[in-house]
Parts: sequence; structure tokens; C-alpha cells
Amino acid sequence: MTPAEPHWSFLLGRLGPDAIPTEPIVLATFAVVALGGVALLAALTYFRLWGYLWKEWFTSVDHKKIGIMYMVLGLVMFLRGFADALMMRIQQAIAFNGSEGYLNAHHYDQIFTAHGVIMIFFVAMPFVTGLMNYVVPLQIGARDVSFPFLNNFSFWMTTSGAALVMASLFVGEFAQTGWLAYPPLSGLAYSPNVGVDYYIWSLQIAGVGTTLSGINLIATIVKMRAPGMTMMRMPVFTWTSLCTNVLIVASFPVLTAVLVLLSLDRYVGTNFFTNDFGGSPMMYVNLIWIWGHPEVYILILPIFGVFSEITSTFSGKRLFGYSSMVYATVVITILSYLVWLHHFFTMGSGASVNSFFGITTMVISIPTGAKMFNWLFTMYRARIRFDLPMMWTMAFMLTFVIGGMTGVMLAVPPADFVLHNSLFLIAHFHNVIIGGVVFGVFAAINYWWPKAFGFRLEPFWGKVSFWCWVVGFWMAFTPLYVMGLMGVTRRMRVFDDPSLQIWFQIAAAGAFLIALGIVAMLIQYTVSILRRDELRDETGDPWNARTLEWSTSSPPPAYNFAFTPIVHDLDAWEDMKRAGVARPVEGFRPIHMPKNTGAGVILAGISAVCGFALIWHIWWLAVASFGALLITAIAHTFNYRRDFHIPAETVAETEATRTRQLAALEGAAA
Amino acid sequence: MSHSVSPATLTGRYYDLHEHDHPEGGSTMLGFWIYLMSDCLIFAMLFAAFGVLGGNLAAGPGPKDLFDLPLVALNTSMLLFSSITYGFAMLAMQRGQKGQTQLWLLITGLFGAAFLGIELYEFSHLIHEGATPQRSAFLSSFFTLVGTHGLHVTFGLVWLTVLMVQVGQRGLIAANKRRLMCLSLFWHFLDVVWIGVFTFVYLMGMLR
Amino acid sequence: MSAAHDVHGHGHDEGHGSLRDYVWGFGLSVILTAVPFWLVMSGAIADKGTTALVITGFAAVQIVVHMIFFLHMNAKAEGGWNLLALLFTVVLVVIVLSGSLWVMYHLNHNMMPQGTMQGMEQAP
Repeated sequence: MTPAEPHWSFLLGRLGPDAIPTEPIVLATFAVVALGGVALLAALTYFRLWGYLWKEWFTSVDHKKIGIMYMVLGLVMFLRGFADALMMRIQQAIAFNGSEGYLNAHHYDQIFTAHGVIMIFFVAMPFVTGLMNYVVPLQIGARDVSFPFLNNFSFWMTTSGAALVMASLFVGEFAQTGWLAYPPLSGLAYSPNVGVDYYIWSLQIAGVGTTLSGINLIATIVKMRAPGMTMMRMPVFTWTSLCTNVLIVASFPVLTAVLVLLSLDRYVGTNFFTNDFGGSPMMYVNLIWIWGHPEVYILILPIFGVFSEITSTFSGKRLFGYSSMVYATVVITILSYLVWLHHFFTMGSGASVNSFFGITTMVISIPTGAKMFNWLFTMYRARIRFDLPMMWTMAFMLTFVIGGMTGVMLAVPPADFVLHNSLFLIAHFHNVIIGGVVFGVFAAINYWWPKAFGFRLEPFWGKVSFWCWVVGFWMAFTPLYVMGLMGVTRRMRVFDDPSLQIWFQIAAAGAFLIALGIVAMLIQYTVSILRRDELRDETGDPWNARTLEWSTSSPPPAYNFAFTPIVHDLDAWEDMKRAGVARPVEGFRPIHMPKNTGAGVILAGISAVCGFALIWHIWWLAVASFGALLITAIAHTFNYRRDFHIPAETVAETEATRTRQLAALEGAAA
Repeated sequence: MSHSVSPATLTGRYYDLHEHDHPEGGSTMLGFWIYLMSDCLIFAMLFAAFGVLGGNLAAGPGPKDLFDLPLVALNTSMLLFSSITYGFAMLAMQRGQKGQTQLWLLITGLFGAAFLGIELYEFSHLIHEGATPQRSAFLSSFFTLVGTHGLHVTFGLVWLTVLMVQVGQRGLIAANKRRLMCLSLFWHFLDVVWIGVFTFVYLMGMLR
Repeated sequence: MSAAHDVHGHGHDEGHGSLRDYVWGFGLSVILTAVPFWLVMSGAIADKGTTALVITGFAAVQIVVHMIFFLHMNAKAEGGWNLLALLFTVVLVVIVLSGSLWVMYHLNHNMMPQGTMQGMEQAP
């Protein structure tokens, strides 16, 4: 059926000159991005960094480097997603009294869709995955993850997905459907162009990466823990990571399946979610939320782990109620599969169904509340150090509790009938995602940066950023709560009621304050890098922390630990410090490590090409690239030499440097 | 914790000073099993779609008009035979008999190919009769569920072929054994999914 | 614990099975497949609901048979993690399937105008 469409050619499919957007805003963005991109490429070439990047980073199977690359990806995409947010805030602040604002409907609808998709899939997910990738193997005393090549491949698949979303800005268009692309709007009848196809294929490609990295981290946590580290001696962050990855593996296939069905509707003409021939659009909503609800716990659980580590470190105490924390996490993991219908109470399944899901939703707030009390009791009567990670933790606790409470309000079906799709909902989920995930990621960056790079982040600009963010957040979203209660719905481009304008203006001001917070954060990173010698930490343990990642040098050597630590207690590193264990300085052995490979980059690159071909209906390219994908993957399995040994001499040398470093520190202290 | 331990002993308590290389692939079987569980959920979604939409015939043909149970029974037996022959391949692999392993793998592949052939014949027959995937939500979900299983079998056949080449090249080395065991899990897993398919799609369909 | 020094990789021996296992598994699954087919094709049980229930039972038993004899499932493989993962998956599959059917049944019941669905189901 598709070849019969207008503008289809064998060579280029639906791609034609009209694919280049003509909207001035997009063109200007394109110009800026293109210039910036060319400048970046030129700089890389000029400084001869390509070989270095390829050898040391792109093809690296080191979980630490991959973790850092995930964080960079998250940060870059965060700037894009935030630009979308700012544009929406400006539009809504000025589109009153007959003004159409500055964005037309076609563009505005793409922006709110892209904002949601990017922030969840290409910001929050990479951030969370990056943190887990970096920290988990170090926390469990391992040298890498279970499947190092797969880890590299996963990262590049996520990046390919992100690249497709970015491409949609300049070649064609993105979906105009909202971030979950509900049919029938996302069906062929109402979205005949490439927007939804960009959506589908970018998520499918990134989803492969996410699922594989979930499998990888589960296997790592289950199989690669240091001797003595029983399940109930695992650091809380590792526990929450385990549960998160279980959720990833058990929910991303659901998303994959649903998107496959939607693409069949769009590409083959099946009738799963159509209005005719027995299709049921509501079935899509039902299925996608089976993924969607666990997804929010995928984002927040590791962050709960981050806050647990930080609270206990900066309170200088063992975490209060470690086992209740673990059980609460496990309970949340299971309960998260029993609440999905609360996203569509208004669908009309009736009182029995709605009551069931309303009650399960309220039940899930109990383990979450238990966690909150655990953190409070950890802090109780402790000598708390208010460094930046702890400040973010405090901001999280105050903000997240309110977000949680408005969540419980929405869990009451009759209340939800009033508030569904209103700005109250928008305020609620930003309250938990920004107040939880985003604050948590910033806390984690401030906490683990010294581990990753060997110097601390500069606190002044960090504090500027902190205050701009916290105040800006409340300024931006309190008006949304108010307007939601007044009945204002989400995704509106223009407004008739002039009395609402002041609220939108306040919200826009809040968004600008957040923008200042982001700028301050970027300044913080820059200043810290420039002043890295002053901020240097040579101890490897700048916060006097408690878990194993702080027992090695900062940044850790490629092999993480010259000798695998043996765990005798929870908070293993604290236990070692208390016992006064001396670091072994001789008897080093060669260390068995995985070899770098370019296969991940290549496979992900071909996947992106295949996705692009499918989006534009360039069938020959789709077939060719799929064939290439298969052949490359098979060829890769013929490579049996995937490991090497770091010679004992190299290990000894690296460790001798560390010994001298520590001795110098002790000398200075004495 | 005793107080009178020498520093060296203490270090030995907290660091594994006599570590050996960990055998490669120690996590592979677990990792692959977890992958299969995630695949299982993909099938669960397709079953859910069939369960909800399978009754929506849109005035088109239904299971009773379309399904040919003797053919399905034949197809099922192909898959069952391929399961036991794969089992024999694994037993030969355990005994270290490369030739036997290859032979049983080949037979497994032939049964798999026969299964696919019959399924393709069934599909083309249905489409020929006008029962296309586009005809109704029932047919959409039927073709997708059964077809996804078929795609998995196809992928399994490709994998089987590659493994036969690799076993031919390098013999039954540890890495190849591990791969054969993964494929074994995959193959038997597809069998389990097929139990769901013939029971809930074909047999239940005839009862509707 | 988990980092036991199994230099020769004898952690793998669990998952192989024996000839006995395979033959038993095959024999049982032939029976467990043949009976449901026979039940449906011959119409031996007059009541369709009962037949459906019985063949569901057979399918459940056969899945367990395959798990034990072909996939060599037991509580010890991979320190019990395989079984745990399987049980978790089974729970999720049950939730997803029964939940979707329940939710969508009620939706159709409440939101579809009387008779529409019935009309669509009956083929002319």
C-alpha cells in the first residue's frame, strides 16, 4: 500500500526536498546545531582526538568509561529536552488575548511530544543507567560487568535512538501525539507522516540497548559479587539497581511488543488499535501502561539507592533499617506491576476495576513512606555534613514527599476523574521526577564525581545551581497545581481565559530560574575542571564513605581492584577502615580483562541506518542494512579472542604509584 | 574480631591474595535465561492481544472456518521431534562426540525447517482464502502471535547453522559448548511457547 | 560465595540432563499433546467449557514437563536464580494476561453500546 503514496521513489522512499523544515525557528536551530557540530568536529580533528576517542572511549568495554559516556549522553539530551520545556513555557505565557504565541500547532505538538520522550528515554534513562554502570561493579568489588561487550553495544544502541530523535528535528518531523503516542491519533489514518515512525524506531533501537543492559547488570550483581558479600550485605544502591534492572528486563519487552503492534498497524495495515475491523485503541493504552508504570520505578528506585548511600555517608552512620529498606524496594518492584490502570481510570472500566487499582496504588505509598522514615532516622542525632550531595538529598525529601502526596490524591478514582489530564497531573509527575530523579542525579554527580575524575566539584557554583533549581522548580510548578485544580488541561497551545495568564507567567519565570540553575551547573563543571589541581582528592575516599568503591584510587585503575576485597560486613569499606586493614602492596598477579572492540559502534550505527530507512520507507536500504546487521553480528561471534591479561608488572607499577600517593598524604598529615 | 592479628593476616582476611582467573562465561547461562524470561513477556503481550482481540472477527472468517487441526497436529509433532533430537545433540556433546553432535543438530534443523515450511503453507493458504492479517483484529493478532513464534524458529535455525559451522571449525571447545547450551534453552523455550499457541489459539479457537 | 573459585567451570554440570530425562520428557509430552488434540477433534466431552478447562490443565502440565525434562529446571541451577526468575516471570505473565482480559472485558461491557460486540462477532 505504501508505494502508492505520493512522493515515494525507489531510491529515497518518502524522503524529498519537502522533508527539510521551513519554519524559521527550526531553521535557526538547525543553523546553530550545524555550526556547533562542525566546530566540534573541526576541533576534534585539529587536536587529533579522533584516535584517542575511538580507542579509549568509543570502543571501550570498561564499565566506568561506558558509565561516563551514558552521563554525557544524558547531559546533552537534557539540554535539548530543557530547551523544549522553555519553549513551551514561553508559548503558554504569551498565547493569550487572541495571540497565537510564536509556535504553530504543528511545531508546538512536536515540542511537547519530544520533550516527554527525550526527558524519559534519553535523559533519565541514560543518567540512571550510567550511574548503575559506573557504581555497581565498584560497589560489589568486581572488575567489570558480566558481559562487557554487550555493555558497550547497549550504550551505542541508546545513542543511536537518541540520534534518530535528534535527526527528526531537521529531517522531517517528530510525532505530534504526546509522549506515549496513543492510537488512533498515532495510527496511519491520523498521523500519516514520518513523525510517529521516528518515535517508534528511536524507541525500539534504544529499547534493545536498555533491555540488554538490564540483563547485563542483573547477571553482574548476581554472579560477580566479591566473596563474602551475601545478598543482605549488598550496598543499598546495588540492591535498588538490582530491582531496577529486574523491572527493566520485565517491562521493556512489553514496550517493544506494543510498539511492534503499532508499527504493524502502520506498516502492514493490521487492525490492533484501529477504529475499524475489531481493533481496540484502548488496548494500546492498557498495554503500554503495563510498561509505563514500572518505568517510573525504574527511574526512581536507583535514585532511592543514591539517597540511601548519601544519607548514611554524610550522617556518618550505618543506614537505619537496612533490611526494611531492602524489603520495601522488593515490594515496590512487585507492586509496580499491579497499578497500571491508574493512568486511565477515566477509560470507563467501571467501579470494581477502578477501586482495585486505586487501592493498589495507595498501598504502594507505604513502602515508599517507610524509606522516607529510614532516611530521617538515619539523620536523627547524627552529625550531618551539609555538602552538596546532602543538600540535594534534603531538597529531594521535602519536594518528593509533596509529589508523593499529590500522587495519592490522584490515586482516588473520583478525584482522578476531575484531575485527569489536567495541569495538576503535570505538576504531580514533574514533582516526583524532578524532585526525585533529577535532584537525585545531581546529588549522585556531586557525590561520585571525585571518584570518577579524582577531583571534587567546586561547591560555590554548585550551591548557586542548587538554589536556582529548588526555588525555580517550585516557582514553575506550583502555578500548575493551582491551575490544574481550576481545571486547566495539559498540552494547550492558546488560552481564552485572560485570568490564567499570570499563573503561566509565574511558571515561565520559574523555568528561567531553572535555566539559570543549569547554566550555573555547567559553570560548576567548567570551573571544577579548570581548578582541578586545587580540588584534587588523592585519598580516593573524600567523603569518608562506607562502600567498596571508595576503597580504590580515584579515578580507579582499569582493573578496579588489584586484589578482590573480601566482605565481612555491610558497609564493607567502613568495616575495613575500622579494622585498620592495610592495603596489600606486593604479590600482584596478572589480571584477566576483556578486550576493547568496535563491533558495538558498528552494529548500533547500522541499526540507526536501518531505522532511518524504515522511517522513510526506503525499502532497499532497510533490507540491505538489516542484512548487514545480521552478517556483522554473526561475524562478531566468530571472534573468540575477547580477553587479555594486564601483566603483573603493570599492576605493580600502578599500585606503587598509589602507595607513594597515600604515603605522601600521610606524611603531609603528620 | 580479634585484636591481636598481625597486619599481614588482617590484609589476607580482607583481600583475596591468591585469586585465580575466573573462567570465562560464568554468567552466560544465567544471562541467557534472563533474556528468555524477557522474551517470554513479549509473547505474553501477544497472547494478551490475542486474548482480548481474538473474538473480534469484524464479520470475517473465524477459527472454525480457517483452522486445520490435523495440520497443526503435524506441525506440533515436528517441533516435538526437533526438541528430542536437540536433546540427543546435547547428550552427544556431553560425551564429546563432535560428529554425532553435528548429525543431531542437522536433524534438529531439518525438523525445524519442516515446521516452518508447514507454517508458511498454512499462512499462504489462509491469505489465499482472503483471511489476511488486515481482515480483522482476530486475524491480526493470530498472524502476529504465530508469526512471531515462527520468526523465533527462523532465528533459531540461523543460529543453529552458524553454530554448526563454528563447531566444525573449532570443535567442542568450552565457548562452543556454552553456545550450544544457550541455543538448547532457546529451542526448548520455543517449544514451551508453542504449547501455549496450540492450546489457546488453535484448540480453544475450535471450541469457541 | 558467588565467587567460588571454580577454575574448571564445574558450575555448569547441572544443566545437561540424561538420556532418561529426554526420553521421559518426550514420551510424556507426546501424550500430553495428543490427548488435548483428540479431545477437541473428536468432541469426546460434550461441554465446551469443560473441554477448555481440561486442555488448559494439560497445557499447564506439559509446560512443567518441558521445564523439568528439557530445560532442566530445578531449585539448584545457578543457585536458584533461574527458578526465581522463572517464578517472577510466571507471576507477571499471569498478572498481565488476566489483568488485560479483566480490564478490557469491563471496558467493553461498560462502554460498548448494547449488542455491538455481539453483532461483530457473528460471522455471516
